[in-house]
Amino acid sequence: MNFFAIKTSPIAASEFAREWDKLWAYLMAVSVFFTVAICGVIIFFAIRYRRRSDADRPAPTKDGKLLEILGSVIPFILVMIMFFWGAKLYFDARIPPKDAIEILVTGKQWMWKMQHPNGKREINDLHVPVGVPIKLTMTSEDVIHSFYLPDFRKKMDVLPGKYTQMWFLPEKEGRFHLFCAEYCGTEHSLMIGSLYVVSQAEYERWLSTGMTSGSVVAASSEDPVAAGQALWEVHCMAACHTGRPGAIGPNIHHAFGTMRELETGEFILMDENYVRNSMINPNDDIAKGYPAAMNSFRGTLNNNQMNQIIAYLKSVGEGAQ
Amino acid sequence: MNDNNTSPPLNYLTNGHTVKSWLLTVDHKRIGVLYLIAMTCFFLVGATAATLFRLELATHNANVLANDTYNRLFTMHGIIMVFFFLIPAVPGVLGNFLVPLMIGAKDVAFPRLNLASWYIYMLGGLFTLAAIIGGGIDTGWTFYTPYSSVYADSHVILAGTGVFITGFSSILTGLNFIVTIHKMRAPGLTWMRLPLFIWAQYSTAIINVLGTPVLAITLLLVLAERVLGFGIFDPQKGGDPVLYQHMFWFYSHPAVYIMILPGFGVVSEVLACFSRKRIYGYEFVAFSSLAIAAIGFFVWGHHMFTSSQSPYAGLIFSILTYLVGIPTAIKIFNWTATLYKGSVELSAPMLYTLGFIGLFLVGGLTGLFLATKALNVHLHDTYFVVAHFHYVMVGGMMMAWLAGLHFWWPKMFGKLYNEFWARVGAVIIFFGFNFTFFPQFIAGYMGMPRRYHVYDIEYQPFQMLSTAGAFFMGIGLIICLVTLVSSIFTGRPSGKNPWKATGLEWNYASSPPDTHNFTVPVKVDVEAYDYTDERIYQDA
Repeated sequence: MNFFAIKTSPIAASEFAREWDKLWAYLMAVSVFFTVAICGVIIFFAIRYRRRSDADRPAPTKDGKLLEILGSVIPFILVMIMFFWGAKLYFDARIPPKDAIEILVTGKQWMWKMQHPNGKREINDLHVPVGVPIKLTMTSEDVIHSFYLPDFRKKMDVLPGKYTQMWFLPEKEGRFHLFCAEYCGTEHSLMIGSLYVVSQAEYERWLSTGMTSGSVVAASSEDPVAAGQALWEVHCMAACHTGRPGAIGPNIHHAFGTMRELETGEFILMDENYVRNSMINPNDDIAKGYPAAMNSFRGTLNNNQMNQIIAYLKSVGEGAQ
Repeated sequence: MNDNNTSPPLNYLTNGHTVKSWLLTVDHKRIGVLYLIAMTCFFLVGATAATLFRLELATHNANVLANDTYNRLFTMHGIIMVFFFLIPAVPGVLGNFLVPLMIGAKDVAFPRLNLASWYIYMLGGLFTLAAIIGGGIDTGWTFYTPYSSVYADSHVILAGTGVFITGFSSILTGLNFIVTIHKMRAPGLTWMRLPLFIWAQYSTAIINVLGTPVLAITLLLVLAERVLGFGIFDPQKGGDPVLYQHMFWFYSHPAVYIMILPGFGVVSEVLACFSRKRIYGYEFVAFSSLAIAAIGFFVWGHHMFTSSQSPYAGLIFSILTYLVGIPTAIKIFNWTATLYKGSVELSAPMLYTLGFIGLFLVGGLTGLFLATKALNVHLHDTYFVVAHFHYVMVGGMMMAWLAGLHFWWPKMFGKLYNEFWARVGAVIIFFGFNFTFFPQFIAGYMGMPRRYHVYDIEYQPFQMLSTAGAFFMGIGLIICLVTLVSSIFTGRPSGKNPWKATGLEWNYASSPPDTHNFTVPVKVDVEAYDYTDERIYQDA
């Protein structure tokens, strides 16, 4: 093995990754400086002031305050730069852009299941078009997993019973690592896959045929919005939640993404987690002016069906306030 | 018991030779030795596990261990090393042995409770060993739910019970030290004259008493969920798995300081002795221990930046984590400044101590990377974290522990070890350690997740280096062990104060000390680390 040919830094596959690398470089500079300085001083002192005779009686040094003041203030300034820079980079890149393609990710011991907006699914691989922001809405069917794209410097835990989100903007075509980063049992290290960043045209072709150069054929395809609408009708959600006269539940039909007022006077954002939790634990957040009359859908709707209902509510939520 | 002052006087080692005289002893020094023996055994079990999975990790595919075996080994390594070595090492062995001697007391405040602590520690250890012999546990030492509480198919109950029980040993030892240090100091030994080792033990004891009960509650809830089907962490029953992480790290982050603070104490003692200087900025070093203990309780969320906790909560945890770095930086600067114009002797304990400063420095600085919110998102749960905490725990704590063990070895056993081989061991361990863990920083930066049994071939060079380094370190540890143990049989008598150190334990007690520690009344009239005091240079 040629040790000089070994890669020692990860690919920077996005703008965020390059910004990340700048912050990393700042911390490296601070760290290398202090490591070299302190180790250098220790080695210098150990040689310069070595014990020459057992009769050595060094004179005591008077404690000064200068070292303590400089030793607190300088590190404080340096770490506050780290803090603000790190927090800014994190918060700037937290909210996904509005035009992002949303992909549903479900973690399960020990595989990743992905679903594209048109219902197309794939396992362990994820195909995305280059140059378009990708938003991942993620949940787990069993234990905690963590969706990790090292080349994009992004990672987010994937939890059972809850949605988490992350997003990234692929800039160049290619194949990138996809890892599970949270220990999840026997085959944790095999819960890996590939992110394929392909051209827009190739992505379209893949969505319609499931074929790109060298990828697997995806399993099944169904439109989650249509399926969600069917569930909405079948489970009579329309009867309670579309604002008909005498309806016993709040109108949520065109409300996705808005703030909802609760009986307690608090406001809560109607997002994926809110809808899902309301289906499972309907009495957690009671809407203002309505009775706690809803029954839980736990056991009635599975994970996938809840995702479909959310997809449907999202699709009709646009524009209605 | 023996007022007979003719030679050879009985010391704590020769006063009773039966097994019963050891197992039912209430002498803090003998209890310290009991901890030393038990802990060394646990350490060897943990090190064996590490050896096996390091062999497996040398190549990217699975050719030594199956995936389940690998998972069980790294879990066992973590549980044994954290709960049965790192947490109790310095308090259990050196703390027990030295706290009464250093403050001029006859024993700790509650000697029987002290013996009970050792038995509780052993009982917890037996449960954990039973879990290992019964087939092991595969949750990782962190026991994350819902994997541990619902999904894991291994001995979570046994191991969890073991850790739960052992926690009480920490709590009781902590309680014992707090009372001892408050109430039993010799006349004239004011707080600001205490050796920094005592300050460190005191800070540690406070965290132990306040923090460990939370771990006990958390583990109890996991066990209740597993056995009785409670739904506290299981989302299927309306529970929250992230709640577990909050509760676990509320203890386990301060536990990092439980592990490292006593090491800080050791380092201060050794550094002062082998540079014949008072620790620079004594007050700052003393109070920085308390500051670390206090702030350390409010940073647990930095283990959870990617867990879905509120990003605003994450900000608070991030800034507090930097703040805990400031008192730590102060300590490092003061230790370095202590060497200035001193009389530095690079003896074995001093080599370990200087090694400690360098490695702990790297561990601390890489902690800043992990405290930075944006950087953490990439580095979390990768080998970068593994390398970081090994620099703190092994490079920091284990080096400090070995420094302390060598430093007080003559006091404990009355024998001098072979200085040459002890230095060789120290140097090999230092280089072997860097060789093992430095490549892991790069693997983590490259994105290699931790706890992977098989991995992408691009990470293989770093893992190979790491495995090779681990064998170097193993050789160093064996040299160290053989040197120390053989000195008991072949070493020259050390005399009372072989290093010409300050401190009551060196100047008032013989080596090994008398059963009741002191045969003359102890009175303190000088500050700590007064290396200008000619009395310490007179031969014993």
